[in-house]
Amino acid sequence: MSAKADYRRMEDSITLSPLEEQIAAQRSGPVSAELLTLNIGPHHPATHGVLRLLVTLEAEVVRDIRPIIGYVHTGIEKTAEDKAYWKVIPVIERMDYLSYYFNAMAFCGAVETLFECEVPKRAQYLRVIHLELNRIMSHLVWLGTSALDLGAMSMFWYCFREREMILDLFEQSSGQRMHTRYFQVGGVIEDIPVGFAEKVREFIAIMPGRVDQYNDLLMRNEILLQRLRHTCPLDEQSLLALGVTGPLLRAAGNPWDLRKAAPYSSYEDFNFKIPVGTVGDNYDRYAVRVAEMKESVKIIEQALDGLPEGPHITTDRKIALPPRHELATSMEALIHHFKLVTEGFRPPPGEVYFPIESPRGELGCFVRSDGSAKPARVHMRDPSFVNLQATGPMTRGSYIADLIATLAMLDPILGGIDR
Amino acid sequence: MPDQVGLELIATQLGDAIPGSVLETEFFRDQASLHVDPASVRAVLGLLRDQHGYRALMSVHGVDYYPHEPRLGVHYQLLDMSKVDRIAVKLRVPLAEAVVESVTDDWPTANHQEREVYDMFGVEFEGHPDLRRILMPEDYEGHPQRRDFPIGGEPVLFTHNDATSPGWTR
Repeated sequence: MSAKADYRRMEDSITLSPLEEQIAAQRSGPVSAELLTLNIGPHHPATHGVLRLLVTLEAEVVRDIRPIIGYVHTGIEKTAEDKAYWKVIPVIERMDYLSYYFNAMAFCGAVETLFECEVPKRAQYLRVIHLELNRIMSHLVWLGTSALDLGAMSMFWYCFREREMILDLFEQSSGQRMHTRYFQVGGVIEDIPVGFAEKVREFIAIMPGRVDQYNDLLMRNEILLQRLRHTCPLDEQSLLALGVTGPLLRAAGNPWDLRKAAPYSSYEDFNFKIPVGTVGDNYDRYAVRVAEMKESVKIIEQALDGLPEGPHITTDRKIALPPRHELATSMEALIHHFKLVTEGFRPPPGEVYFPIESPRGELGCFVRSDGSAKPARVHMRDPSFVNLQATGPMTRGSYIADLIATLAMLDPILGGIDR
Repeated sequence: MPDQVGLELIATQLGDAIPGSVLETEFFRDQASLHVDPASVRAVLGLLRDQHGYRALMSVHGVDYYPHEPRLGVHYQLLDMSKVDRIAVKLRVPLAEAVVESVTDDWPTANHQEREVYDMFGVEFEGHPDLRRILMPEDYEGHPQRRDFPIGGEPVLFTHNDATSPGWTR
């Protein structure tokens, strides 16, 4: 059998034109237009990752769309079951590779819930600072690549210029630009270095002006406006039924944001607004995210102003490593250090679900502990994975060009979808 | 979260409406869970939605309880957005008859998530419109998230062992 036949056989169950008969039946006369099945991806710049779409077109109108995923499935959840809890953090961060602080936060939050561990206030504020920087960074990548899809190339450079500033900040606080392993169970790995706060203040002084610049560049662009306004709207009820959360739901007018609704990590201390849209078209999805960047800046500023003194990680020696200097003088600290490094900690048996608001919606981490030093099950409810189901309802009946715009506004991260 | 009393109230009401549906309640770390009979899961979720306000299904998790029996578990995380209240519905099925009624008709969001549980654990969802593997290749054998599925249980494919190794290129 030829290689080509093998390849087709692997995808036996994917019907290429499932709607052909249905559409033919709906018409009273004979079929006038031909249905065309078009394969987009998995390697295509407009799919924002290795996403494959099978699109059934009637002329230029999308009749059906099927997302096919799994091309970057790396079995991170399986890997996590074979690692001590603290070693899971680096692999978890690599799921949704644009919001690594969020992945770590969801996992650490779940484990802290298992332990009923109190996170020091300073650590919570440091987490908020990094989470919100990460949110801006994720939205910048989204804005740059989305504008690129819509034909505005220069936006990419401007967005990545600001993103670079954020990555430099991450490098300063943790030594890494991406996948920083900064969040630990019980707090953060290290206190921020001298000069970090000043650098962050420099950044947040610049950022709101830059957001205005993006808006000036894009929102008077006739081409962009025509491609975003009134394209592919989806109402709030359908979005809720599909489980869509985050900016996509807020664009349809539902102000659901876990930071406000069920605050975690001291979000209740900060004063910020939830931007919402009205009709839930692509323009609203754009506007909500851009407005969110400015709100994130406000949160960072308040967190820096109110940054409390105190430890940056819990003082519970059964969870967090003792400070380095104690090892030289305290036998007990040495034993704790040895046990934590060789074996890791053992959370009490139980199952918890810890949801947070990631840049793309509700990111929930389910952790099951069986009392051993390794998690018995780690599952991420990744917002991109769930939101992707909305592509069909959003784009059916619209032009294929609007499909590309919608996909950009959907902001799927395939690392998070496939895990 | 409903408090412990609230959880018991919900459990009693569900038990009155569908006898034998709630097997156990669990209140752990301020998170409420109902352990339900697999046969009545769709009815229970429907009641929780229509009578108790849990209108959003946020997540479906698969769990393998190996070595405990019944081995496979499916968890549904429900959310009431107006009261900001969550409740988990959990069920257990044995490996031999891992069949659960699909809730995709009631909650379209369960489509991808049930496919993932099917793919990773082999739980069949009866009535699912499109129950195929989602993350693993179509012709993959086995369910990799089961606890007895070994890490590294799959040979790395090169041109020299492509034809002979069992699995997904055959």
